[in-house]
Amino acid sequence: MNWKAFFAMLARDAHVARRNFVALLFQTFLQPLMFVFIFGRVMVGSGYMPPAYKSLLLPGIMAICMVGTGIWAVAMPLIAEFQFTREIEDRLLAPMEISWLAIEKVVAGTLQALAAGFMVIPAAWLLLRPGVDLNVPHPILFAVVALLVALFSATGGLALGCSMQQTHIGLMFSLIVAPMIFFGCTYYPWSALDKFPVLQKVILVNPLVYASEGLRATMIPQFPHLPLVAVVIGLVFFNALLLAVGLRNFHGKSVS
Amino acid sequence: MVAGIRTRDLRKVYTSAPPVAAGTGGFSFGAPKAKGKQPRPEIVALDGISLEILPGEIFCLLGPNGAGKSTTVGVLTTRVRPTSGQAFIGEHDVWKEQVAVKRLIGVVAQRPNLDFSLTAREILAFHGAYFGIPSHERAKRAEALLDRFKLTDRADQMVRGFSGGMMQRLSIARAMMHDPQVLFLDEPSAGLDPQTRLLLWEIVREYNQSGKTILLTTHNMEEADALCKRLAIIDHGRVIALGTPQELKASVPGGYLLRLRFGLHSPDLLQRLQRLAGVREVRATDGNGADLYADRSGSLVAEVANLASAAGVELCDVHISEPSLENLFLHHTGRSLRE
Repeated sequence: MNWKAFFAMLARDAHVARRNFVALLFQTFLQPLMFVFIFGRVMVGSGYMPPAYKSLLLPGIMAICMVGTGIWAVAMPLIAEFQFTREIEDRLLAPMEISWLAIEKVVAGTLQALAAGFMVIPAAWLLLRPGVDLNVPHPILFAVVALLVALFSATGGLALGCSMQQTHIGLMFSLIVAPMIFFGCTYYPWSALDKFPVLQKVILVNPLVYASEGLRATMIPQFPHLPLVAVVIGLVFFNALLLAVGLRNFHGKSVS
Repeated sequence: MVAGIRTRDLRKVYTSAPPVAAGTGGFSFGAPKAKGKQPRPEIVALDGISLEILPGEIFCLLGPNGAGKSTTVGVLTTRVRPTSGQAFIGEHDVWKEQVAVKRLIGVVAQRPNLDFSLTAREILAFHGAYFGIPSHERAKRAEALLDRFKLTDRADQMVRGFSGGMMQRLSIARAMMHDPQVLFLDEPSAGLDPQTRLLLWEIVREYNQSGKTILLTTHNMEEADALCKRLAIIDHGRVIALGTPQELKASVPGGYLLRLRFGLHSPDLLQRLQRLAGVREVRATDGNGADLYADRSGSLVAEVANLASAAGVELCDVHISEPSLENLFLHHTGRSLRE
């Protein structure tokens, strides 16, 4: 394994992310923070939502930010670079197995998703306070879940980025990302679907459910959530599946 | 040690649309796999290419668009998986030892594929970093290449705003950044102005003189003639002629080509043309034309006109070609390289 090439590519992605930092910031945080403000501040302040919703909302918003960032950071460049600009060719010709380039993309996406996740906590907390009852009893467990969520966002980005045509980017968001967010237990806990038992079972195929519930379980354990074991198994399973699909499709795109 | 290039009976059949730059060769359609299913079109891009390119040689693949040039380069640069056959760079099997091969090669693709998120200098520096070149050395090499390719004044600008010619120059500079043993240039002068083309030729020759092997594809005969020590003419995925430009030009019967067009078709006239002194071969072409291969040119025109007149056939058009690779291609395929 050629670590020099691997880290050079990571440095390249970091350099590009730094250059686009302000745009990335708006792209990642503007929408979720507006949601936090309207639902956490306006709706709760006016009495339409119970005050506890503030605490419930924060882990879900963190999940949305992380998953959105990872998918965007990995999938969008891949779609463009493979099909339109062909920018990736230079890196495919670097003296390194091409699978490692895909893994480098996943690592870069994971780091960006983690950064987004940890930046949105204080921002959302500032918007929501007072009355956010964050409680992280096991920081290591929280870190593990956050890492698995970030990995899921990046492997999901790899799988999507290597499977979608450039002309289908709009569809990717309206058919995959948007339903995934709405049925991903981001704005409500999984237990809120008790009255919709079929839907409650069906959405277990949505990996974002495990991401939101996992963050809820480790950040606000006083609220109902899926068992942590189920969350970890779910995330590990989807990470492995998406990585395998992503690597296979990455090979398919790299070599004709 | 300088590496050469070797291919043995390379075949590539695409069962889906080939990538834009890979081009296509001949077409054949496979039988349907199952009743009711659409047959998958099979596109034969390479049909048994065997080449031996010597270390330190400038070798050219000459052929029309879609002949299989880019697919050959794709196979040799690890980007296209051959359907069968083998390819070697130096002693390394291209498909089985990809990383070792990638260390030896530099590639300029047919379409610009620069990293649009970076400046020109960063593109060179990061490329050097992928190949493990230390930071100070990267900066030095990048500076020298930017200067050589006359890009110094735009070095710190994003390449998004570069003209086609500047992008092409930067692509070539990038391919040379890690000082590869073998340089692949796929249609390098497409879209370049004449002045930049001359600069490119000068740089290619200079790079070759430092002992490097260069494989260049082109459909431009002058480029092949001016640059290459040896060349292969390929068409429909097959090598149809191979040798030095001089050898190949000399292999055309007579050397000169007179393309004639008559008012009407006359087999009798063609037979008489064949008997003219110096005429080596006469071929009927589409319409009422004939290609006349001969060892002289201008002096034949009057005799051809006289014969035509005697046969009661009007001579409508005459085009004379000096000995050239174009004549060779036409002799082998009946088509012009430009068609």
